[in-house]
Amino acid sequence: MSTKSSSKENKNEGKRDFLIISTYAMAGIGAASVAWPLIDQMNPAADTLALASTEVDLSSLEEGQAITVTWRGKPVFVRHRTPEEIKLAKEVSLDDMRHPETDEERVPNEKFIVLVGVCTHLGCVPLGQKTGDVKGQYGGWFCPCHGSHYDHSGRIRKGPAPTNLEVPSYKFLSDNVIKIG
Amino acid sequence: MSKSKFKNPVVKWIDHRLPVFSFMDHELNHYPTPKNLNYFWNFGSLAGFALVTMIVTGIVLSMNYTAHVDYAFDSVERIMRDVNHGWLIRYIHMNGASFFFIVVYIHIFRGLYYGSYKAPRELLWILGVLILLLMMATAFMGYVLPWGQMSFWGATVITNLFSAIPLVGESIVTWLWGGFSVDNSTLNRFFSLHFVLPFVIVGVVILHLIALHRFGSNNPIGIDVKGTQDTIPFSPYYTIKDLFGLSVFLSFFAAAVFFFPNFMGHPDNYIEANPMVTPAHIVPEWYFLPFYAILRAIPDKLGGVLFMFGAIAVLFILPWLDRSSVRSSQFRPIYKIFFWILLFDCILLGYLGAMPAEGIYVILSRIATAYYFFHFLILFPLLPYIEKTKPLPISISEPILGGAATASAFATREKK
Repeated sequence: MSTKSSSKENKNEGKRDFLIISTYAMAGIGAASVAWPLIDQMNPAADTLALASTEVDLSSLEEGQAITVTWRGKPVFVRHRTPEEIKLAKEVSLDDMRHPETDEERVPNEKFIVLVGVCTHLGCVPLGQKTGDVKGQYGGWFCPCHGSHYDHSGRIRKGPAPTNLEVPSYKFLSDNVIKIG
Repeated sequence: MSKSKFKNPVVKWIDHRLPVFSFMDHELNHYPTPKNLNYFWNFGSLAGFALVTMIVTGIVLSMNYTAHVDYAFDSVERIMRDVNHGWLIRYIHMNGASFFFIVVYIHIFRGLYYGSYKAPRELLWILGVLILLLMMATAFMGYVLPWGQMSFWGATVITNLFSAIPLVGESIVTWLWGGFSVDNSTLNRFFSLHFVLPFVIVGVVILHLIALHRFGSNNPIGIDVKGTQDTIPFSPYYTIKDLFGLSVFLSFFAAAVFFFPNFMGHPDNYIEANPMVTPAHIVPEWYFLPFYAILRAIPDKLGGVLFMFGAIAVLFILPWLDRSSVRSSQFRPIYKIFFWILLFDCILLGYLGAMPAEGIYVILSRIATAYYFFHFLILFPLLPYIEKTKPLPISISEPILGGAATASAFATREKK
């Protein structure tokens, strides 16, 4: 080493740094590409994704009644609203709402409201589907875990939940059949 | 040890209170290793790599597997078809078992050739044989989990081995099964044990490494390290060599996983287990074939089982069976020939284990089994009395650098 000139030594050091950095970079890319399949296997599998839509027949659902169906392992609320409920949901002022949305934005067919029945606070299932259930101050749904009140359009009106109940993507296949997902 | 060994202040702070960095520096960095190790010394670290690969892929597979007779087979098929990258992870785990055994068998024959089991490394060797036994138990139970035809009938045959035990045999088998045949209870306990045993192996591997680092690696010449002139630090020399070996190993491993994933498996295991129909020809996984051949070579039920387990039991007492004080076969001209005969014998037993138990195969199995036990029980103790060993070099450095001149050169270097 001592016999080499200092300039040659510097040049070699540069080469060595380049080799070391590129070796570590390659090893890092290799490790990441090995890690990815091990991480990605925890994502939904192909068969889970294939089961991601549900069809619901609403023909037997009378005015004022509600049903809960399962979609992707979660409850989906479908309620056949009465004319008064529709009126209340449409006429209320959006000014003091935490998450202002009009009823028209949330309910394409004003008779049937479809919601993901999971409280947007911490994931409990709100009450209000059964006749005897507490429906909260606004007549929609009430989450018993931390006291969130939802109105007839599933909008958060009072309590800790940050946003309105989620509306799943769905469409009417006929007048009385919807496909969720 | 100087206090300022580490520059990084965080490392220094931790190391003062919890000397993990000093430990790693001592055991993985400065660790003095004989300078004449050949590529056969790569297989220990490769076995460690294989163990980690099996544990990581195994944990991931268990997230998608269902241990129930009605769902196990379908859950494995779901892993192959639907789970993201599931086919890759399962093929790595499946072939990983085979490669683990390949690496470990080479590691064991390395030990046999260079006498690595001799004093003072007897416990190191015994812990290694214990790891082999644990691996066999783990691999056997893992093979049952996909619940294919080979899984089921392999489990039936192997658990039935215990019925050969006089008086209590039948009760033991019933206890192993948790019922009156291999069924859901059996599958559940096998899954539980298959999950936990690899961590037991990790524990024994740690003991294996502690025992190894007590006296350091043996070497191709088999004589003791005489001083620092005979060793080089583990890092960077052997870390780089191990990494190079690992990349060669991974090339073969990747080739198997991506191009011949089912080469070492059996097609019948892709048929769901059926307790009513036994496949025409049952064979265990290839790594059990030599032992399976010994089992079938003995024309008595209990005798076959005893000889099969005896084939591993002799490995435990090998350090005392071999009376020769010379470690490496390089200096044992007669033993060297017999070593290759033993290797051939084991491969022959493996071949015979895969063949049907009839005609010439039975006769050959008996000859090969007889040789196996002759080698361990008669040759090892008696050969040293007739074998004239070659003179051993003075030191590890001598055969590489030459005779007396080197010794004096070292003497002068040591003075400096």
